[in-house]
Amino acid sequence: MTTITASERALSEGQLKSRANRRRLLSKLPAIIGTIPMMIVAIGVFVIGIGFTIVLSFTNVKFFLINIDFVGLKQYDILWSTARWVESVKHIWFYGFGHIALCLVGGFLLAVFMDQRIKAEDAFRTIFLYPFALSAVITGLVWQLMLDPIWGLQAYVRSLGFSDFTFAPLADGNTALLGMIVASSWNGVGVTMAILLAGLRGVDEEIWKAARIDGIPTWRTYISIVIPMMRGAVATALVLLVVNVVRTFDIVIAMTGGGPGISTQMPATYVIDSINSRNVGQGMAAATIMLLPIAMLILIQFFFRWRASLKGRTT
Amino acid sequence: MKSFVSVVAVAAAALLASTSVHAADVEVVHWWTSGGEQAAVSVFAQEFDATGDHWVDGAIALGETARATIMQRALGGDPPDAAQFNPGRQYEELIAAGLLLDLTPLAEKEGWDKIIRPDSLKAPCQIDGKWWCVPVNLHLQNWAWASIPAFTKAGLEVPTDWDTYLADLPKLKEAGVIPFAVGGDGGGWQISLLANQLILSQLGAASVEKIWKDKDLDLAGGPEVLKAFTTLKTLGEYADDGSPNRSWADTASLVIKGDAALQVMGDWAQGEFQVAGQKPGVDYACLLGPLSPDPQNVRGGGDIFVFFKQGDPDVERAQLSLASLMLSPAVQAKFNTAKGSAPVRDDVDMSLANDCMKKALTVLAKPGALVPDQNIWRNEAFATAQNAIFSDLIYNKATTPESAQAQFVELLKNAE
Repeated sequence: MTTITASERALSEGQLKSRANRRRLLSKLPAIIGTIPMMIVAIGVFVIGIGFTIVLSFTNVKFFLINIDFVGLKQYDILWSTARWVESVKHIWFYGFGHIALCLVGGFLLAVFMDQRIKAEDAFRTIFLYPFALSAVITGLVWQLMLDPIWGLQAYVRSLGFSDFTFAPLADGNTALLGMIVASSWNGVGVTMAILLAGLRGVDEEIWKAARIDGIPTWRTYISIVIPMMRGAVATALVLLVVNVVRTFDIVIAMTGGGPGISTQMPATYVIDSINSRNVGQGMAAATIMLLPIAMLILIQFFFRWRASLKGRTT
Repeated sequence: MKSFVSVVAVAAAALLASTSVHAADVEVVHWWTSGGEQAAVSVFAQEFDATGDHWVDGAIALGETARATIMQRALGGDPPDAAQFNPGRQYEELIAAGLLLDLTPLAEKEGWDKIIRPDSLKAPCQIDGKWWCVPVNLHLQNWAWASIPAFTKAGLEVPTDWDTYLADLPKLKEAGVIPFAVGGDGGGWQISLLANQLILSQLGAASVEKIWKDKDLDLAGGPEVLKAFTTLKTLGEYADDGSPNRSWADTASLVIKGDAALQVMGDWAQGEFQVAGQKPGVDYACLLGPLSPDPQNVRGGGDIFVFFKQGDPDVERAQLSLASLMLSPAVQAKFNTAKGSAPVRDDVDMSLANDCMKKALTVLAKPGALVPDQNIWRNEAFATAQNAIFSDLIYNKATTPESAQAQFVELLKNAE
């Protein structure tokens, strides 16, 4: 008898537990339903899409998914023996460093300027932020027109009587990338300024007072004290700028179409041109290579998180 | 695949026989957007609208962009009803994927096999005995167009060979004329075209076939081709600052205005001279070869139209009606006169053809004179990569003819 009651009790306890579980699940249900679309997108676009990209990069796929053969690393061999791709990789590094440096330095100087309690700060902020409201395509077209030797600045100055004036950076393969860096930085510097200005405003007024009492010059205070204190804002600005660089595509199309010659081609334009010329396998190999630096960043991030969690456990 | 195709063929034949007729819209994607080209395409549109069906114009500037759009739409399951391509391998994937309307019953009924000439125009459309496209014109690519006033301004005669022209370049520059007009839009197809024609002019038809068809790496890497690459480099040095990213039509307008001396471009450029009201021999000179004193060959490209399966009997009837109309003698005459191209059939009244076109037709009449365009042998992926090599050579000061040639040989080696 006793054994039966014990098992009965155990059963009812189990029932109670499962009922509690069910209730907990029910309370989570809206959250689960809410995240399903996001999960589908994340898995569908990122995981499956990246999987397809990598697998197809080892095939000779042309455009439609028919008559596909695996060709090993052939697409990668072709990729790295193609001057256009090798140049594209060099270009994105040069452009990336130039764009990020110009935006950070320019954005910081503008932020310092705005922080001097100037009059009409709102008006200035709107002016500096305004370019960011324009898409990269519009930015590219506007700058392309300004730098065009026949329609732009060169023609204007020549019409003033300086007939030998030459200023056509986009027409010369050696300077075209510089023109593009200036245009894209014009577009991005305002946002960097806004983020860094927020960082500047976050620095305690007392620190400025203390620095002044110690007789530290203003520029030294900015470099040695204020900038280290606003590294959160700098990091945010940097991440946004890096993302901007990796996806560089539309400004190239709008400003130069990759020219003169191949002097402003970027990895992303190589991928798109490969797909459009029905050479998807080659494009996928290039896209896979583009994925590597990003995958590396994620791995580094994982490493730091793992190390932090180890530390957390020991203390 | 074969049985599937034959089912489609039977279905198409059944549809031809059906009697119910409803007017249908036919959306046509093409890249004819310049002044002369629009004049030509509106011939098709007007004549087709007159039959009761409706031409829905889908013009997209730049061939590369238009073809990419057509392919993306086909992949997405929403292809246009008809689409332009250059004859050759640009649409081979569409045939393999079974997306195109088989035109064989119509072709057999109208005897395309007999009326279309020369045979090299049929081959790109008639594959394994089946017709997949309609050739509409024969464009001759190995032309140079020179501005007579520009050469006069520099105190020079219009040259008839490359050596004279290369010697003229500095004098033209001194006279304030752009010595050589070229444009680099769309990745550099104009420069590839220039390189192709230059090699034809300097090395002859047999070498062109050995390089682009047989992938003869020794010839492609040899001294004669290097000489052509060096000439290209020199020409690039005499191009103007506005050249990168400029369209062929804007480039032609520089020659039309007399601002530039000479442009190498296919005969479609002649449409621009016509629209501007210029006369050959007075305002401009047409130099076949290009720039050969005694041209032996014409380089033939052109345009074809494919028709996508739509599964709607009315649309299919209208598509076949358009295909038939494009080949009819009256439309061929009007269209090709406006386009500056040669018709695809012999029984067309070409009394309207001007002196330039007559010159080309005389050479064309010689047996074996027609050299096909590279698109016949090599696919679009090859063309895109080749554009990059040639435009890099022309626009990048640091790129030497030797390094560009090495890239070209590497490309040929990997070409499929």
